[in-house]
Amino acid sequence: MSQEVAVLGVGMHPWGKWGESFVKYGVRAAQDALRDAGLAWNDVDFVAGADTVRNGYPGYVAGATFAQALGWSGAEVVSCYGACASGAQAISVARSRILSGEAKVALVVGADAAPKGFFAPQGGRRPDDPDWLRFYLHGITNPTYFGLWARRRMDLYGATSSDFAKVKVKNARHGLHNPNARYRKEVTEDEVLGSKVVADPLHLLEICATSDGGAALVLTSLDFARKHTTKPVTIPAVSTVTPAFPNTVIEMPNLATDSGASSGPPETPFKASIAKRAYDRAGVGPEDVDVAEVYDLSTALELDWYEDIGLCAPGEAERLIRDGDTTIGGRVPVNPSGGLACFGEAVPAQAIAQVCELTWQLRGQAEGRQIEGAKLGVTANQGLFGHGSSVIVKR
Amino acid sequence: MSEKTTVAAVEGLLVADPSAPRLLGSRCKACGTYYFPAEHTLCRTPTCSSTELESVELSTEGVLWSYTSANYKPPAPFVAKEPFEPFAIAAVTLEREQLTVLGQVVPGVGVDALKTGMAMELTLGTLHEDDEQRYLTWQWKPVGH
Ligand SMILES: [Zn+2]
Repeated sequence: MSQEVAVLGVGMHPWGKWGESFVKYGVRAAQDALRDAGLAWNDVDFVAGADTVRNGYPGYVAGATFAQALGWSGAEVVSCYGACASGAQAISVARSRILSGEAKVALVVGADAAPKGFFAPQGGRRPDDPDWLRFYLHGITNPTYFGLWARRRMDLYGATSSDFAKVKVKNARHGLHNPNARYRKEVTEDEVLGSKVVADPLHLLEICATSDGGAALVLTSLDFARKHTTKPVTIPAVSTVTPAFPNTVIEMPNLATDSGASSGPPETPFKASIAKRAYDRAGVGPEDVDVAEVYDLSTALELDWYEDIGLCAPGEAERLIRDGDTTIGGRVPVNPSGGLACFGEAVPAQAIAQVCELTWQLRGQAEGRQIEGAKLGVTANQGLFGHGSSVIVKR
Repeated sequence: MSEKTTVAAVEGLLVADPSAPRLLGSRCKACGTYYFPAEHTLCRTPTCSSTELESVELSTEGVLWSYTSANYKPPAPFVAKEPFEPFAIAAVTLEREQLTVLGQVVPGVGVDALKTGMAMELTLGTLHEDDEQRYLTWQWKPVGH
Protein backbone atom coordinates (compact mmCIF):
# COMPACT_ATOMS: atom_id res chain seq x y z
CA MET A 1 0.00 0.00 0.00
CA SER A 2 1.23 3.47 -0.86
CA GLN A 3 2.27 5.48 2.16
CA GLU A 4 1.57 8.76 0.38
CA VAL A 5 -1.30 11.14 0.96
CA ALA A 6 -2.07 14.09 -1.30
CA VAL A 7 -1.97 17.76 -0.33
CA LEU A 8 -4.96 18.87 -2.38
CA GLY A 9 -5.31 22.32 -0.86
CA VAL A 10 -3.26 24.82 1.13
CA GLY A 11 -4.17 28.15 2.68
CA MET A 12 -2.81 30.71 5.09
CA HIS A 13 -3.96 33.79 6.94
CA PRO A 14 -1.15 36.36 6.71
CA TRP A 15 1.15 36.57 9.74
CA GLY A 16 1.14 39.84 11.70
CA LYS A 17 -0.19 41.43 14.85
CA TRP A 18 -3.84 41.73 13.96
CA GLY A 19 -5.36 41.77 17.44
CA GLU A 20 -8.18 39.37 16.57
CA SER A 21 -9.18 35.86 17.62
CA PHE A 22 -7.07 32.90 16.53
CA VAL A 23 -10.31 31.25 15.43
CA LYS A 24 -10.76 33.83 12.71
CA TYR A 25 -7.24 33.25 11.37
CA GLY A 26 -7.79 29.50 11.32
CA VAL A 27 -11.17 29.76 9.60
CA ARG A 28 -9.75 32.05 6.91
CA ALA A 29 -6.84 29.69 6.29
CA ALA A 30 -9.23 26.69 6.17
CA GLN A 31 -11.51 28.41 3.67
CA ASP A 32 -8.54 29.25 1.46
CA ALA A 33 -7.29 25.66 1.62
CA LEU A 34 -10.74 24.29 0.70
CA ARG A 35 -11.06 26.77 -2.17
CA ASP A 36 -7.57 25.78 -3.33
CA ALA A 37 -8.62 22.12 -3.24
CA GLY A 38 -11.85 22.82 -5.11
CA LEU A 39 -13.82 21.26 -2.25
CA ALA A 40 -16.52 22.42 0.12
CA TRP A 41 -16.51 22.27 3.94
CA ASN A 42 -19.17 19.54 3.78
CA ASP A 43 -16.70 17.30 1.91
CA VAL A 44 -14.44 17.23 4.99
CA ASP A 45 -14.95 14.20 7.25
CA PHE A 46 -11.96 14.68 9.58
CA VAL A 47 -10.57 17.83 11.22
CA ALA A 48 -7.18 17.91 12.92
CA GLY A 49 -6.56 21.05 14.95
CA ALA A 50 -3.15 22.14 16.24
CA ASP A 51 -3.64 23.58 19.73
CA THR A 52 -2.67 26.96 21.10
CA VAL A 53 -2.20 27.21 24.88
CA ARG A 54 -2.36 31.01 24.97
CA ASN A 55 -6.00 31.49 24.06
CA GLY A 56 -7.93 29.69 26.78
CA TYR A 57 -10.05 26.57 26.46
CA PRO A 58 -10.99 27.00 22.77
CA GLY A 59 -7.28 26.82 22.03
CA TYR A 60 -6.87 23.47 23.86
CA VAL A 61 -9.62 21.93 21.74
CA ALA A 62 -8.64 23.58 18.48
CA GLY A 63 -10.04 20.80 16.26
CA ALA A 64 -13.53 21.20 17.65
CA THR A 65 -13.20 24.98 17.83
CA PHE A 66 -12.49 25.20 14.10
CA ALA A 67 -15.14 22.58 13.27
CA GLN A 68 -17.75 24.57 15.18
CA ALA A 69 -16.68 27.85 13.59
CA LEU A 70 -16.91 26.33 10.12
CA GLY A 71 -20.36 24.92 11.03
CA TRP A 72 -20.93 21.61 12.86
CA SER A 73 -21.08 18.96 10.17
CA GLY A 74 -20.63 15.74 12.11
CA ALA A 75 -17.00 15.48 11.01
CA GLU A 76 -14.67 13.68 13.40
CA VAL A 77 -12.06 15.79 15.16
CA VAL A 78 -8.74 15.57 16.99
CA SER A 79 -6.82 18.31 18.78
CA CYS A 80 -3.04 18.00 19.01
CA TYR A 81 -0.44 19.64 21.17
CA GLY A 82 3.32 19.30 20.73
CA ALA A 83 4.42 22.90 21.38
CA CYS A 84 6.05 24.23 18.18
CA ALA A 85 5.53 20.79 16.64
CA SER A 86 1.75 20.78 17.18
CA GLY A 87 1.14 21.25 13.46
CA ALA A 88 3.16 18.18 12.56
CA GLN A 89 1.23 16.13 15.11
CA ALA A 90 -2.03 17.23 13.48
CA ILE A 91 -0.68 16.45 9.99
CA SER A 92 0.50 13.06 11.19
CA VAL A 93 -2.87 12.06 12.68
CA ALA A 94 -4.78 13.27 9.60
CA ARG A 95 -2.39 11.41 7.31
CA SER A 96 -2.86 8.18 9.28
CA ARG A 97 -6.66 8.51 9.10
CA ILE A 98 -6.45 8.88 5.31
CA LEU A 99 -4.04 5.94 4.94
CA SER A 100 -6.23 3.71 7.11
CA GLY A 101 -9.23 4.56 4.97
CA GLU A 102 -11.16 6.00 7.93
CA ALA A 103 -11.18 9.48 6.39
CA LYS A 104 -11.51 10.68 2.83
CA VAL A 105 -10.90 14.40 3.18
CA ALA A 106 -8.99 15.73 6.18
CA LEU A 107 -8.64 19.38 7.10
CA VAL A 108 -5.57 20.32 9.17
CA VAL A 109 -5.68 23.75 10.82
CA GLY A 110 -3.42 25.67 13.19
CA ALA A 111 -3.68 29.30 14.24
CA ASP A 112 -2.45 31.52 17.04
CA ALA A 113 -2.89 34.96 18.50
CA ALA A 114 0.41 35.50 20.31
CA PRO A 115 1.34 37.83 23.16
CA LYS A 116 4.06 40.46 22.78
CA GLY A 117 7.63 39.88 23.94
CA PHE A 118 9.12 36.81 25.63
CA PHE A 119 6.96 33.73 25.95
CA ALA A 120 6.40 33.21 29.70
CA PRO A 121 5.18 30.17 31.64
CA GLN A 122 1.71 29.81 33.11
CA GLY A 123 1.04 31.45 36.48
CA GLY A 124 1.23 29.98 39.98
CA ARG A 125 4.13 28.39 41.85
CA ARG A 126 4.88 25.13 40.01
CA PRO A 127 8.37 23.86 40.95
CA ASP A 128 7.70 20.48 39.28
CA ASP A 129 7.38 22.20 35.89
CA PRO A 130 10.79 22.72 34.23
CA ASP A 131 9.31 25.59 32.24
CA TRP A 132 8.45 27.42 35.49
CA LEU A 133 11.75 26.49 37.17
CA ARG A 134 14.01 27.89 34.47
CA PHE A 135 12.28 31.28 34.50
CA TYR A 136 12.06 31.53 38.28
CA LEU A 137 15.48 30.22 39.34
CA HIS A 138 17.64 31.70 36.58
CA GLY A 139 15.66 34.05 34.34
CA ILE A 140 16.26 31.68 31.43
CA THR A 141 14.10 32.63 28.42
CA ASN A 142 13.90 30.94 25.02
CA PRO A 143 16.59 33.25 23.54
CA THR A 144 18.94 32.01 26.30
CA TYR A 145 19.03 28.62 24.59
CA PHE A 146 19.43 30.23 21.14
CA GLY A 147 22.42 32.16 22.53
CA LEU A 148 23.99 29.05 24.07
CA TRP A 149 23.71 27.09 20.82
CA ALA A 150 25.03 30.05 18.77
CA ARG A 151 28.07 30.54 21.02
CA ARG A 152 28.74 26.81 20.81
CA ARG A 153 28.91 27.08 16.98
CA MET A 154 31.40 29.92 17.30
CA ASP A 155 33.66 28.06 19.69
CA LEU A 156 33.36 24.68 18.00
CA TYR A 157 33.32 25.62 14.32
CA GLY A 158 34.64 29.19 14.12
CA ALA A 159 31.28 30.69 13.15
CA THR A 160 31.22 34.48 13.23
CA SER A 161 28.53 37.05 13.93
CA SER A 162 28.76 37.93 10.27
CA ASP A 163 27.82 34.34 9.32
CA PHE A 164 24.77 34.50 11.55
CA ALA A 165 23.75 37.91 10.19
CA LYS A 166 23.95 36.56 6.62
CA VAL A 167 21.11 34.16 7.45
CA LYS A 168 18.86 37.08 8.35
CA VAL A 169 19.87 39.02 5.25
CA LYS A 170 19.07 35.98 3.07
CA ASN A 171 15.71 35.24 4.69
CA ALA A 172 14.65 38.90 4.60
CA ARG A 173 15.33 38.90 0.87
CA HIS A 174 13.45 35.61 0.38
CA GLY A 175 10.34 36.86 2.14
CA LEU A 176 10.26 40.21 0.37
CA HIS A 177 7.49 39.18 -2.04
CA ASN A 178 5.68 36.66 0.13
CA PRO A 179 2.15 38.02 0.68
CA ASN A 180 1.76 36.00 3.91
CA ALA A 181 4.97 37.26 5.54
CA ARG A 182 4.77 39.80 8.35
CA TYR A 183 8.13 41.50 7.73
CA ARG A 184 8.84 42.36 4.11
CA LYS A 185 11.89 44.57 4.18
CA GLU A 186 15.50 44.00 3.18
CA VAL A 187 18.11 44.32 5.90
CA THR A 188 21.87 44.63 5.67
CA GLU A 189 24.45 42.76 7.69
CA ASP A 190 25.38 46.06 9.37
CA GLU A 191 21.79 46.66 10.42
CA VAL A 192 21.57 43.18 11.92
CA LEU A 193 24.83 43.56 13.82
CA GLY A 194 23.88 47.11 14.83
CA SER A 195 20.69 45.98 16.55
CA LYS A 196 20.83 45.42 20.31
CA VAL A 197 22.28 42.21 21.73
CA VAL A 198 19.47 40.21 23.34
CA ALA A 199 21.25 36.96 24.22
CA ASP A 200 24.94 37.15 23.40
CA PRO A 201 26.04 36.61 20.61
CA LEU A 202 22.58 37.13 19.09
CA HIS A 203 21.04 40.49 18.24
CA LEU A 204 17.41 41.56 18.23
CA LEU A 205 17.14 41.13 14.44
CA GLU A 206 18.42 37.55 14.72
CA ILE A 207 15.69 36.27 17.04
CA CYS A 208 12.21 35.60 15.75
CA ALA A 209 9.23 37.57 16.99
CA THR A 210 5.88 36.14 18.08
CA SER A 211 3.04 36.60 15.61
CA ASP A 212 -0.61 36.04 14.86
CA GLY A 213 -1.31 33.79 11.89
CA GLY A 214 -3.03 30.70 10.59
CA ALA A 215 -2.34 27.87 8.15
CA ALA A 216 -4.37 24.97 6.80
CA LEU A 217 -4.05 21.91 4.57
CA VAL A 218 -6.58 19.68 2.85
CA LEU A 219 -5.25 16.12 2.77
CA THR A 220 -6.82 13.28 0.77
CA SER A 221 -5.90 9.86 -0.57
CA LEU A 222 -3.94 9.76 -3.81
CA ASP A 223 -6.88 8.20 -5.65
CA PHE A 224 -9.22 10.93 -4.50
CA ALA A 225 -6.72 13.63 -5.45
CA ARG A 226 -6.19 12.25 -8.95
CA LYS A 227 -9.87 12.89 -9.70
CA HIS A 228 -9.28 16.56 -8.96
CA THR A 229 -5.78 17.25 -10.25
CA THR A 230 -3.37 15.61 -12.67
CA LYS A 231 -0.22 15.68 -10.59
CA PRO A 232 -0.86 16.18 -6.89
CA VAL A 233 1.77 17.19 -4.38
CA THR A 234 2.10 14.39 -1.84
CA ILE A 235 3.34 13.76 1.68
CA PRO A 236 5.21 10.44 1.68
CA ALA A 237 6.41 10.73 5.28
CA VAL A 238 5.97 12.60 8.56
CA SER A 239 8.34 12.31 11.53
CA THR A 240 7.23 13.08 15.08
CA VAL A 241 10.20 11.48 16.87
CA THR A 242 11.16 12.00 20.50
CA PRO A 243 14.81 12.01 21.64
CA ALA A 244 16.74 8.82 22.35
CA PHE A 245 18.11 8.59 25.90
CA PRO A 246 20.40 10.16 26.91
CA ASN A 247 19.69 13.53 25.30
CA THR A 248 23.00 15.16 26.23
CA VAL A 249 22.41 18.51 24.46
CA ILE A 250 20.61 21.12 26.54
CA GLU A 251 17.03 21.63 25.30
CA MET A 252 14.28 24.09 26.06
CA PRO A 253 12.85 24.32 28.70
CA ASN A 254 15.18 22.16 30.79
CA LEU A 255 17.74 23.27 33.38
CA ALA A 256 19.89 20.21 32.76
CA THR A 257 20.53 17.50 30.17
CA ASP A 258 20.22 13.77 30.60
CA SER A 259 23.32 12.06 31.96
CA GLY A 260 25.53 10.11 29.59
CA ALA A 261 27.41 8.55 32.51
CA SER A 262 26.27 4.98 31.94
CA SER A 263 25.44 4.86 28.23
CA GLY A 264 27.42 7.65 26.54
CA PRO A 265 25.85 10.08 24.08
CA PRO A 266 23.33 8.60 21.61
CA GLU A 267 24.41 7.55 18.13
CA THR A 268 22.15 10.15 16.53
CA PRO A 269 21.59 13.36 18.51
CA PHE A 270 17.93 14.39 18.79
CA LYS A 271 17.91 17.17 16.23
CA ALA A 272 19.62 15.01 13.63
CA SER A 273 17.15 12.19 14.25
CA ILE A 274 14.13 14.33 13.35
CA ALA A 275 14.52 14.59 9.55
CA LYS A 276 16.35 11.26 9.41
CA ARG A 277 13.19 9.39 10.41
CA ALA A 278 11.24 11.21 7.69
CA TYR A 279 13.90 10.48 5.04
CA ASP A 280 14.04 6.81 6.03
CA ARG A 281 10.27 6.49 5.98
CA ALA A 282 10.03 8.13 2.54
CA GLY A 283 12.96 6.18 1.14
CA VAL A 284 14.86 9.35 0.23
CA GLY A 285 17.93 11.15 1.55
CA PRO A 286 19.29 14.67 1.92
CA GLU A 287 20.82 14.40 -1.56
CA ASP A 288 17.28 14.31 -3.01
CA VAL A 289 16.24 17.59 -1.37
CA ASP A 290 15.59 20.59 -3.65
CA VAL A 291 14.21 22.92 -1.00
CA ALA A 292 13.87 23.02 2.79
CA GLU A 293 11.83 24.97 5.31
CA VAL A 294 13.47 24.90 8.75
CA TYR A 295 12.64 26.41 12.11
CA ASP A 296 14.88 29.48 12.29
CA LEU A 297 14.01 30.63 15.80
CA SER A 298 17.41 32.34 15.52
CA THR A 299 19.84 32.93 12.67
CA ALA A 300 22.42 30.55 14.17
CA LEU A 301 19.80 27.85 14.65
CA GLU A 302 19.14 27.80 10.91
CA LEU A 303 22.80 26.83 10.46
CA ASP A 304 22.38 23.97 12.96
CA TRP A 305 19.47 22.71 10.86
CA TYR A 306 21.58 22.60 7.66
CA GLU A 307 23.64 19.95 9.39
CA ASP A 308 20.77 18.24 11.19
CA ILE A 309 18.77 17.73 7.97
CA GLY A 310 21.91 16.45 6.27
CA LEU A 311 22.61 19.24 3.78
CA CYS A 312 26.23 19.23 4.98
CA ALA A 313 28.47 17.69 7.62
CA PRO A 314 28.72 19.20 11.13
CA GLY A 315 30.83 22.35 11.02
CA GLU A 316 30.17 23.07 7.34
CA ALA A 317 27.01 25.15 7.57
CA GLU A 318 28.91 28.45 7.62
CA ARG A 319 30.40 27.58 4.25
CA LEU A 320 26.91 26.99 2.82
CA ILE A 321 25.62 30.40 3.89
CA ARG A 322 28.84 32.15 2.80
CA ASP A 323 28.72 30.51 -0.65
CA GLY A 324 25.05 31.28 -1.19
CA ASP A 325 24.15 27.56 -1.42
CA THR A 326 20.98 28.06 0.62
CA THR A 327 19.85 31.22 -1.17
CA ILE A 328 17.19 30.95 -3.88
CA GLY A 329 19.19 30.15 -7.02
CA GLY A 330 21.75 28.23 -4.94
CA ARG A 331 22.32 24.48 -4.60
CA VAL A 332 19.59 23.83 -2.05
CA PRO A 333 17.59 26.88 -0.99
CA VAL A 334 16.47 27.00 2.65
CA ASN A 335 13.48 29.01 3.88
CA PRO A 336 12.37 30.45 0.53
CA SER A 337 9.25 31.67 2.38
CA GLY A 338 11.45 33.99 4.42
CA GLY A 339 11.21 31.64 7.41
CA LEU A 340 10.45 32.73 10.94
CA ALA A 341 12.72 35.70 10.28
CA CYS A 342 9.97 37.17 8.07
CA PHE A 343 6.96 35.54 9.72
CA GLY A 344 7.59 35.48 13.44
CA GLU A 345 6.34 32.50 15.33
CA ALA A 346 2.64 31.55 15.36
CA VAL A 347 3.29 28.34 17.26
CA PRO A 348 0.55 25.88 16.19
CA ALA A 349 0.46 27.17 12.62
CA GLN A 350 4.17 27.00 11.93
CA ALA A 351 4.71 23.37 10.94
CA ILE A 352 1.60 23.56 8.74
CA ALA A 353 2.81 26.78 7.11
CA GLN A 354 6.08 25.06 6.22
CA VAL A 355 4.10 22.47 4.23
CA CYS A 356 2.04 25.23 2.57
CA GLU A 357 5.25 26.86 1.33
CA LEU A 358 6.72 23.61 0.02
CA THR A 359 3.44 22.84 -1.77
CA TRP A 360 3.48 26.21 -3.52
CA GLN A 361 7.16 25.68 -4.41
CA LEU A 362 6.53 22.22 -5.85
CA ARG A 363 3.51 23.40 -7.82
CA GLY A 364 5.49 26.34 -9.23
CA GLN A 365 3.17 28.87 -7.56
CA ALA A 366 5.66 30.62 -5.24
CA GLU A 367 5.53 33.94 -6.99
CA GLY A 368 8.58 36.14 -6.49
CA ARG A 369 10.48 33.39 -4.65
CA GLN A 370 10.10 30.35 -6.91
CA ILE A 371 12.78 27.65 -6.92
CA GLU A 372 12.85 26.37 -10.47
CA GLY A 373 12.06 22.70 -10.93
CA ALA A 374 11.78 21.82 -7.23
CA LYS A 375 10.50 18.24 -6.88
CA LEU A 376 11.18 17.29 -3.26
CA GLY A 377 11.19 19.33 -0.09
CA VAL A 378 11.73 18.70 3.60
CA THR A 379 10.55 20.61 6.67
CA ALA A 380 12.21 20.50 10.07
CA ASN A 381 10.94 21.83 13.35
CA GLN A 382 11.11 21.05 17.03
CA GLY A 383 8.74 21.60 19.92
CA LEU A 384 9.53 21.99 23.63
CA PHE A 385 9.59 18.82 25.74
CA GLY A 386 10.99 16.54 23.02
CA HIS A 387 8.77 16.96 19.97
CA GLY A 388 10.45 16.39 16.64
CA SER A 389 8.67 17.46 13.48
CA SER A 390 9.65 16.82 9.89
CA VAL A 391 7.55 16.41 6.76
CA ILE A 392 8.66 15.26 3.31
CA VAL A 393 6.71 16.85 0.46
CA LYS A 394 7.17 15.73 -3.13
CA ARG A 395 5.76 15.96 -6.61
CA MET B 1 18.25 45.27 61.92
CA SER B 2 18.13 41.56 62.50
CA GLU B 3 19.91 39.21 60.13
CA LYS B 4 17.61 37.66 57.50
CA THR B 5 17.44 33.91 57.27
CA THR B 6 18.50 32.28 54.02
CA VAL B 7 16.55 29.51 52.31
CA ALA B 8 16.75 27.68 49.01
CA ALA B 9 14.42 29.31 46.50
CA VAL B 10 13.08 25.87 45.61
CA GLU B 11 13.20 22.87 47.96
CA GLY B 12 15.06 19.74 46.97
CA LEU B 13 17.35 21.09 44.26
CA LEU B 14 20.24 22.46 46.28
CA VAL B 15 21.88 22.59 49.68
CA ALA B 16 21.76 26.27 50.54
CA ASP B 17 24.87 26.17 52.73
CA PRO B 18 27.06 29.15 51.80
CA SER B 19 30.21 27.39 53.00
CA ALA B 20 29.53 24.28 50.88
CA PRO B 21 26.88 24.77 48.18
CA ARG B 22 25.78 21.61 46.41
CA LEU B 23 23.22 20.53 43.84
CA LEU B 24 20.98 17.63 44.84
CA GLY B 25 20.33 14.94 42.27
CA SER B 26 19.85 11.23 42.21
CA ARG B 27 21.70 8.21 40.86
CA CYS B 28 20.43 4.85 39.64
CA LYS B 29 21.86 2.11 41.83
CA ALA B 30 21.68 -0.37 38.96
CA CYS B 31 23.22 1.46 36.00
CA GLY B 32 24.83 4.53 37.56
CA THR B 33 22.98 7.16 35.54
CA TYR B 34 22.56 10.53 37.28
CA TYR B 35 19.49 12.75 37.34
CA PHE B 36 19.08 16.46 37.98
CA PRO B 37 16.53 17.42 39.13
CA ALA B 38 16.43 14.14 41.05
CA GLU B 39 14.43 11.21 39.70
CA HIS B 40 13.19 8.73 42.30
CA THR B 41 10.41 6.78 40.58
CA LEU B 42 12.08 4.95 37.72
CA CYS B 43 15.48 5.01 36.02
CA ARG B 44 14.92 6.59 32.61
CA THR B 45 17.63 4.59 30.86
CA PRO B 46 15.31 2.51 28.65
CA THR B 47 17.38 -0.67 29.05
CA CYS B 48 17.56 -0.35 32.85
CA SER B 49 14.15 0.46 34.35
CA SER B 50 15.43 0.09 37.91
CA THR B 51 13.36 1.64 40.69
CA GLU B 52 16.34 1.84 43.06
CA LEU B 53 17.50 5.45 42.90
CA GLU B 54 19.52 7.16 45.63
CA SER B 55 19.90 10.84 46.46
CA VAL B 56 23.34 12.22 45.66
CA GLU B 57 25.19 15.52 45.75
CA LEU B 58 26.49 16.44 42.31
CA SER B 59 30.04 17.52 41.48
CA THR B 60 30.60 21.18 42.25
CA GLU B 61 33.04 21.75 39.40
CA GLY B 62 32.66 21.33 35.67
CA VAL B 63 33.64 22.55 32.24
CA LEU B 64 31.93 25.46 30.46
CA TRP B 65 29.93 23.98 27.54
CA SER B 66 28.62 27.33 26.34
CA TYR B 67 27.39 30.67 27.65
CA THR B 68 25.17 33.60 26.80
CA SER B 69 23.62 36.66 28.42
CA ALA B 70 20.22 37.98 29.47
CA ASN B 71 20.34 41.59 28.33
CA TYR B 72 16.62 42.19 28.75
CA LYS B 73 14.54 41.65 31.87
CA PRO B 74 13.06 38.12 31.87
CA PRO B 75 9.31 37.87 32.60
CA ALA B 76 7.72 36.60 35.84
CA PRO B 77 8.07 34.34 37.75
CA PHE B 78 11.64 35.69 37.59
CA VAL B 79 12.02 38.46 40.17
CA ALA B 80 14.32 41.00 38.57
CA LYS B 81 16.34 43.60 40.42
CA GLU B 82 15.27 47.19 39.74
CA PRO B 83 16.87 48.66 37.81
CA PHE B 84 17.52 45.48 35.84
CA GLU B 85 21.14 44.47 35.50
CA PRO B 86 22.05 42.16 32.60
CA PHE B 87 23.68 38.89 33.65
CA ALA B 88 25.49 35.99 32.01
CA ILE B 89 24.18 32.41 31.89
CA ALA B 90 26.41 29.35 31.72
CA ALA B 91 25.93 25.74 30.64
CA VAL B 92 28.42 23.65 32.63
CA THR B 93 29.15 19.99 31.97
CA LEU B 94 29.90 17.89 35.06
CA GLU B 95 32.47 15.28 34.15
CA ARG B 96 31.57 12.44 36.50
CA GLU B 97 27.84 12.81 35.90
CA GLN B 98 28.18 13.56 32.15
CA LEU B 99 25.35 16.02 32.35
CA THR B 100 25.13 19.74 31.66
CA VAL B 101 23.52 22.15 34.13
CA LEU B 102 22.43 25.70 33.33
CA GLY B 103 22.65 28.57 35.75
CA GLN B 104 23.28 32.26 36.16
CA VAL B 105 26.87 33.39 36.34
CA VAL B 106 27.83 35.41 39.44
CA PRO B 107 27.31 39.18 39.22
CA GLY B 108 30.32 40.98 37.84
CA VAL B 109 31.37 38.19 35.46
CA GLY B 110 30.09 38.98 31.97
CA VAL B 111 30.39 37.03 28.72
CA ASP B 112 33.71 38.72 27.92
CA ALA B 113 35.29 36.93 30.88
CA LEU B 114 34.03 33.51 29.77
CA LYS B 115 35.39 30.98 27.31
CA THR B 116 34.05 27.58 26.32
CA GLY B 117 36.12 24.86 27.98
CA MET B 118 37.09 26.86 31.06
CA ALA B 119 36.73 25.37 34.55
CA MET B 120 33.68 26.55 36.48
CA GLU B 121 32.54 26.04 40.04
CA LEU B 122 29.26 26.13 41.88
CA THR B 123 28.37 28.91 44.28
CA LEU B 124 25.24 30.43 45.80
CA GLY B 125 23.60 33.74 45.05
CA THR B 126 20.54 35.65 46.21
CA LEU B 127 17.67 35.30 43.78
CA HIS B 128 15.41 37.75 45.60
CA GLU B 129 14.50 38.68 49.18
CA ASP B 130 11.54 39.80 51.26
CA ASP B 131 11.39 41.29 54.77
CA GLU B 132 12.37 38.08 56.55
CA GLN B 133 14.22 35.87 54.12
CA ARG B 134 16.77 35.75 51.34
CA TYR B 135 15.97 33.15 48.66
CA LEU B 136 19.06 31.45 47.28
CA THR B 137 19.76 29.73 43.99
CA TRP B 138 22.90 28.21 42.53
CA GLN B 139 25.22 30.21 40.33
CA TRP B 140 28.33 29.41 38.32
CA LYS B 141 31.66 31.23 38.51
CA PRO B 142 35.05 30.67 36.90
CA VAL B 143 37.23 28.55 39.23
CA GLY B 144 39.34 30.82 41.42
CA HIS B 145 37.23 33.90 40.69
ZN1 LIG C 1 19.39 2.73 35.70
